[in-house]
Amino acid sequence: MTYIGNKSDLRVVGTRPDRPDGVDKVTGRAIYGADFRLAGQLVGRILRSPHAHAKIIKIDTSKARALPGVKAVMTAQDMPNITSEESFVGEGPTNFRDQSLNVMARDKVLYEGHAVAAVAAMSPSIAEAALALIEVTYEVLPHVIDVEEAMAPGAPILDETLFTAGVDPKPTTPSNIAKKIILKSGDIDAGFAKADIIAEGRYVTAAVHQAYIEPHACVATIGADGQATVYASSQGHFMIRAFCAKLLGMEISNIRVIPLEIGGGFGGKTIVYLEPVALTLSKMAGKPVKLVMTREEVFRASGPTSGAVVEVKMGAMKDGTIVAAQAVLKYQAGAFPGSPVQPGLMCAFAMYDIPNVHLTGYDVISNRAKVAAYRAPGAPISSYAAEQVVDDLARQLGMDAITIREKNAAKAGTKTVYGVTFPEIGYEAVLAAAKSHAHWKAPLGKNQGRGIATGFWFNIGGESSASVFVNEDGSVSVVSGSPDIGGSRASMAMMAAEVLGIPVANVRPIIGDTASIGFTNVTGGSRVTYATGMATVQATEKVIEQLKQRAAMIWDISPDAVDWKDGQAVPAGANAGGFDPLSLAAIAAKAGKTGGPIGSEVSVNAQGAGPGFGAHICDVEVDRETGQTTILRYTAIQDVGRAIHPSYVEGQIQGGAVQGIGWALNEEYIYDAKGKMDNAGFLDYRVPVASDLPMIEAVLVEVPNTRHPFGVRGVGEVPIVPPMAAIGNAVRDAIGIRMHSLPMSPPKVRKALDSGQG
Amino acid sequence: MSKTHVTTTINGEPAEFLAEAGLTLLDALRDEVGLTGTKEGCGSGDCGACSVIVDGRLVCSCLMLAVEAEGSTIETIEGVATGDTLHPLQRKFIEYAALQCGFCTPGFLVAAKSLLEKNNNPTETEVRFWLAGNLCRCTGYDKIVRAVMDAAAEMRGA
Repeated sequence: MTYIGNKSDLRVVGTRPDRPDGVDKVTGRAIYGADFRLAGQLVGRILRSPHAHAKIIKIDTSKARALPGVKAVMTAQDMPNITSEESFVGEGPTNFRDQSLNVMARDKVLYEGHAVAAVAAMSPSIAEAALALIEVTYEVLPHVIDVEEAMAPGAPILDETLFTAGVDPKPTTPSNIAKKIILKSGDIDAGFAKADIIAEGRYVTAAVHQAYIEPHACVATIGADGQATVYASSQGHFMIRAFCAKLLGMEISNIRVIPLEIGGGFGGKTIVYLEPVALTLSKMAGKPVKLVMTREEVFRASGPTSGAVVEVKMGAMKDGTIVAAQAVLKYQAGAFPGSPVQPGLMCAFAMYDIPNVHLTGYDVISNRAKVAAYRAPGAPISSYAAEQVVDDLARQLGMDAITIREKNAAKAGTKTVYGVTFPEIGYEAVLAAAKSHAHWKAPLGKNQGRGIATGFWFNIGGESSASVFVNEDGSVSVVSGSPDIGGSRASMAMMAAEVLGIPVANVRPIIGDTASIGFTNVTGGSRVTYATGMATVQATEKVIEQLKQRAAMIWDISPDAVDWKDGQAVPAGANAGGFDPLSLAAIAAKAGKTGGPIGSEVSVNAQGAGPGFGAHICDVEVDRETGQTTILRYTAIQDVGRAIHPSYVEGQIQGGAVQGIGWALNEEYIYDAKGKMDNAGFLDYRVPVASDLPMIEAVLVEVPNTRHPFGVRGVGEVPIVPPMAAIGNAVRDAIGIRMHSLPMSPPKVRKALDSGQG
Repeated sequence: MSKTHVTTTINGEPAEFLAEAGLTLLDALRDEVGLTGTKEGCGSGDCGACSVIVDGRLVCSCLMLAVEAEGSTIETIEGVATGDTLHPLQRKFIEYAALQCGFCTPGFLVAAKSLLEKNNNPTETEVRFWLAGNLCRCTGYDKIVRAVMDAAAEMRGA
């Protein structure tokens, strides 16, 4: 059933109630990964490689084992040596063997921080002492960090068994290029031949980390009967269960994962690092084991997103019609294949209806931590380049930067380069909102500039489960399998309350563990309010059917003669009989006599997630003396389909925009000559702080997605796509120089001002 | 390793614990006293998730040794509400949706409370600079700053 209809008919959806988990989270009661403890738990610690690339000749753990208070010491030899197998457990494709080797190095270490051994001990100080007693003999190998150096002939090879896929004929020598991908439509040469003007550029981005404030943490316990329980904060407890089962050769039914509160993830908690280690240590020690990463470990050993080199060339006719677009994307994957270059290719020009497109992507391994998903994985990188080239086209044509986008805008019926034809989308509505916003015409001062950029993300659906129960007193419980990373308990409760016609305060949403609710994919891909919301709505509708049947039994009439209205059962019409309405509480009170407890669980594989589009307008001021760029004003406009809880939708947009601001201006992985990360802490890896920023105005455009009962589109990822280009375009406007690499840090801008080249 | 007996007052109640020489106040609060509302985000004083008030001063509890807390009066997130009555800052954080994951929230609330005790009418810039030692990765700070400003206004009776 659809509830899109008239927005003013909605009583709960679109309002801003207090979130159900709010009090727990403002009082310190909420239990996050590192807050949980079990009686008798041991302290785990992981020994990590000091080298960027080395063979492991020998690991001698005998002295560590002999230390009093040490209960277990493990290496990769204590985990199954599993075979190569592709998986789609997390947010993107991965390989179970690579995951296993990333969790614990076997023959080689591939990046500084790569885990080589782990201990479980009675206290933190004993665990630390034990790590110091493990003797690892390495044969240090030449390393490679930079993506283009890793692609070059003669580069140190990380994996002698890796041959570039997607190349014909099949290569005979190993390469760090795991895969070459080509996507195309039309005839690119004919397209450029038609163009009156050409704009192009080569852009470089740095690897950046999701930088969630909560480090990874878990407690694992396994009994002599092989029954395991893992308590962890993550973006998906079913994901943890699947990976642990595969990596440790266990049956899924023998692992129960209990989700704890999660302190941010942004994609980075859609894979495992600690859980298989904690389970292995627990099995060896016969006690629960807790593992918590330090911030330094988070930076060195958990996945950032790719740094990349992106070359873009676009051609347009005099009237502004873009006739050709070409891009080459070289993405760092980290130590194992699997960069988000594919979505990077797909998203680069997705905002536009361009007849001739040619895209080439390279997935490249190097001696860096394996990349993990980060908010719209891949898209911000290609958009950063493409949206600055569009800006250059507009400048060459003397055309308004929104007008050129309107002229070429994707709309319903536009076929993308990857083959999908867009359904109803809101890109044109977003551009119209940007054009009419006061920000676009506001005056600017000296050394100030304005930029706009737009962005696209698919949003996904997928497997979700939710159950709805009517309790004995008529209150309602909603259980779902989606960890709540930013307000999804509120949106689930609101959708259930709206469908039932009851106040949201009467609905209590909780997150079920892997043994208490059906399979649910990760909280990622902007899928939870869409897919888990769909399951919640369908389960609620089934409960209403039951409520109508129970009322019919109480009244002794046909269920067809009962309507559900405003939270009550009412006779469907005058012929049905003259009964007083029956409330949820009244029906619940008689549930025992009318067939037992009332409740329903629904599992879906949601299709048709609505594509999302955003446009960001940014004003900057550049200090010509220091090269410092200050964000003066920022407006982020996005088609959100329909906002269930507008405050949390705005929050997603504001937070995504600010992560993009950090990516644009401050953040980068810096390596020394030995391939070690130089800035593995929040002092030197500088995420934006409150004093760096103005207010971020979020403008919600609502073009409902007809495939969701309330019209929801995913909202969490789109807002990190436009910022880097929006700021790049604003800096170009302010100083007259196009900056070509991220971050646009003060020294780089200073240098550009001195040399006249960015 | 021998431990030192430390006597403090935490959230108005007497509290004692044993501390190894290298134990931080943060780990003492979390592991010895059992108050896990104070979080560790970095362990190096850069993120503010471990903010507590010691003898009236806002400190990163990860940068203070537990034994240094001898005789001190400590206030943590668990002491910000009075019984089941939330502090205005806590109410405003919920009302403004000033938290998403909520992990940095205890640190922000303790830091903001410390600000309002010193300056009950801060400008937006003053709020932003006072809270610059607290990292939030989810919200972009917009709603946090608004919540603090509005809590200040309410507490002034404005």
